[in-house]
Amino acid sequence: MAAERGPLPQEARAAWMLLAPGLTAILVLFLVPIAAAFLLSLTDFDIYALGSLDTVRFVGLRNYTNLLHDPLLWKAMRNTALFLFVGGPLTLGVALAAALLLQSKAARLKGLFRTIFFAPYVTTLVAVAVVFRYLYHPRFGLIDRGLALLGVSPIDWLGDPRWAMPAIILLAVWKNFGYATILLVAGLQAIPESLYEAARIDGASAWQQLRKITLPLLSPTLLFLGVITTIGYFQFFAEPYVMTDGGKPLNATLSVGLLMYKAGFRWWSMGYGASVAFVLFAVVLGLTSIQFAIQRRSEP
Amino acid sequence: MARRRLALTLLLVLVAAAIGRCAVSDARTSAQVVRFWGLGREGEVVRDLVPEFERRHPGVRVVVQQIPWTAAHEKLLTACVGGSSPDLAQLGNTWIPEFAAIGAIEPLDTRIAASRALAPAAYFGGVWAGNEFDGATYGVPWYVDTRVLFYRPDLLRNAGFPEPPRTWSAWRAAMERVRAREGGSAYAMLLPTNEWEQLTILGLQRGATLLADGGTRGAFSAPPFAAAAEWYAALFRDRLAPVVSYTQLGNPYQEFDRGYFAMWMTGPWNLGEFRRRLPADRQSLWMTCPLPAPDGAPWPGVSFAGGSSIAIFRASKHKDAAWLLAEYLSEPDVQRKFYELSGDLPARRETWDAEPLAGDPRARAFRVQLTHVEPLPRVPEWEQIAQKLPEDLEAAIRGRQAVPAALAALDQDVDRILEKRRWILARAEARRGR
Repeated sequence: MAAERGPLPQEARAAWMLLAPGLTAILVLFLVPIAAAFLLSLTDFDIYALGSLDTVRFVGLRNYTNLLHDPLLWKAMRNTALFLFVGGPLTLGVALAAALLLQSKAARLKGLFRTIFFAPYVTTLVAVAVVFRYLYHPRFGLIDRGLALLGVSPIDWLGDPRWAMPAIILLAVWKNFGYATILLVAGLQAIPESLYEAARIDGASAWQQLRKITLPLLSPTLLFLGVITTIGYFQFFAEPYVMTDGGKPLNATLSVGLLMYKAGFRWWSMGYGASVAFVLFAVVLGLTSIQFAIQRRSEP
Repeated sequence: MARRRLALTLLLVLVAAAIGRCAVSDARTSAQVVRFWGLGREGEVVRDLVPEFERRHPGVRVVVQQIPWTAAHEKLLTACVGGSSPDLAQLGNTWIPEFAAIGAIEPLDTRIAASRALAPAAYFGGVWAGNEFDGATYGVPWYVDTRVLFYRPDLLRNAGFPEPPRTWSAWRAAMERVRAREGGSAYAMLLPTNEWEQLTILGLQRGATLLADGGTRGAFSAPPFAAAAEWYAALFRDRLAPVVSYTQLGNPYQEFDRGYFAMWMTGPWNLGEFRRRLPADRQSLWMTCPLPAPDGAPWPGVSFAGGSSIAIFRASKHKDAAWLLAEYLSEPDVQRKFYELSGDLPARRETWDAEPLAGDPRARAFRVQLTHVEPLPRVPEWEQIAQKLPEDLEAAIRGRQAVPAALAALDQDVDRILEKRRWILARAEARRGR
């Protein structure tokens, strides 16, 4: 009988019925658009196609070969990598420092500081951008005024190709570290106090306690935050979109996400834009699987 | 008692509000609603012109939507695709071919021919031509934009040029003299490295067509443009113009005031900006003149015909009412009011013959220049090509690449951008042959 080999047909049917809404949603909202976008990336759908659909041609992988020869893609990749590999660790570093300070026994007004650190994360980026544009203003900005007191000549933060990226990274770190801080505080609270007591009895210094107890026990939280930050920062888009008019100056803040947006919605080269989207997808997939592999190996 | 009175009052208020609403919505439903999209500052000031139009045409109500310039192009295209385009809109006139090619905007020739309010002859020729595409007219010029030379009369006089230069050789000599006199960190000419307009104009002056073969291939390596590009790159190489982009410059008005540069090729919006930004006692520091011409060519040298037009969208259900609004905005007197509100230069010649424009010595340079303008190539891809120009020439300006090599690379990029256009034209040709 079938009943001996597996679940009853009735049970299976019930399971499928319960799963059906979820599966349908995934299929319709997720897999179909992805397949459509992939097909789009194999065509030269562009502005002319809006006029008449018979101008659309199937071009195979030509969008991809053109893309790989496009210097803007490599510039955008470099910018995105810079944002990811400088901004990501910086965010986590600042968050860890803030979490340790919040957890230390000397800290006062913990609730207030937690709120202050977390507030930027839940503030609208566009509002933040308006304020930061004033802060970065070469003539009226608070930052340059402060530097002037130290005798540093004003820096045109958002206008100078060399400084635009650091300025954006600074904004992103300030905006995002609060979220990581809250999660790290939770992680720190889960570490039993008795471990530190034992370490102190054995004569371990504060630095040794941090390296041998706090960091190892915090590593699952740190890895999770690493993955989240990587994915979030790789889709780096809104910051330059609102701060530097989408990649100025001289494409110094152009990201892969912006390149895709510009190709698709500025020049209306939808086919080309879709090919950028798939390159972005491949890179994110690659980075995330590396991170998961590391995580799996670090777990006992 | 008090509570009941309160309840009664509330009820009366509600009833009154409901009646009021009905009355308002009645008046609204009987009127045709025309949706107009204005871009940036123009979208703001056009609201002040609407009440008079609505007074004259009680059956039409105008809803103005303001769109920022930076997002306008995307928004308009998306609206056309999504079937939510406005009835009429302001379009940058380089966008006309693009919107005409996708069938988003309406040809206006029959309306123009029947109109008593406007005729092509009332406009600057080069500006009107910019609204034509494939033998039809798709827009009515609203305001014009071109480039002239803004300069410091004092610095030029000190360098031995009481009058601004009229030929390229005099221009170059003036720059060298200014640079030698002022020296150090002061330059002669401002040519922001991220802008395509200046080099394009120099090319047009040498007779460059910019594109070749019916707008299907780049012609930037061809001798006329190459000569202009060499002349342009030499200004940076010989340190007559600083290698800075517009954003790096910070505040150009302050820099102009300080003498960081003595000449700047720029547009009409700066008439208002200079007036506003320089202090009253420094107002004598700036003047305008039409562009110099290459040696041997008649003065003034040509500039391009830019600006905005008003176009009617094909999907509109109120085209007649929309056309009334387009006619109204084109009236000489409304054009004058628009100039006073926005500072944008009127597209109609009559408006220039009246005050305040007729008596403004700084506006005169634009008046002269506007009779010597040429439209930019009318292909849907122009905007994209124009953006490529400064990108591909940056290395040459910085002296890291020879000009001919940069132009060859530019032509390659342009040919790639125009590939689809070539294919479409060839296909149309083949179909006609059959």
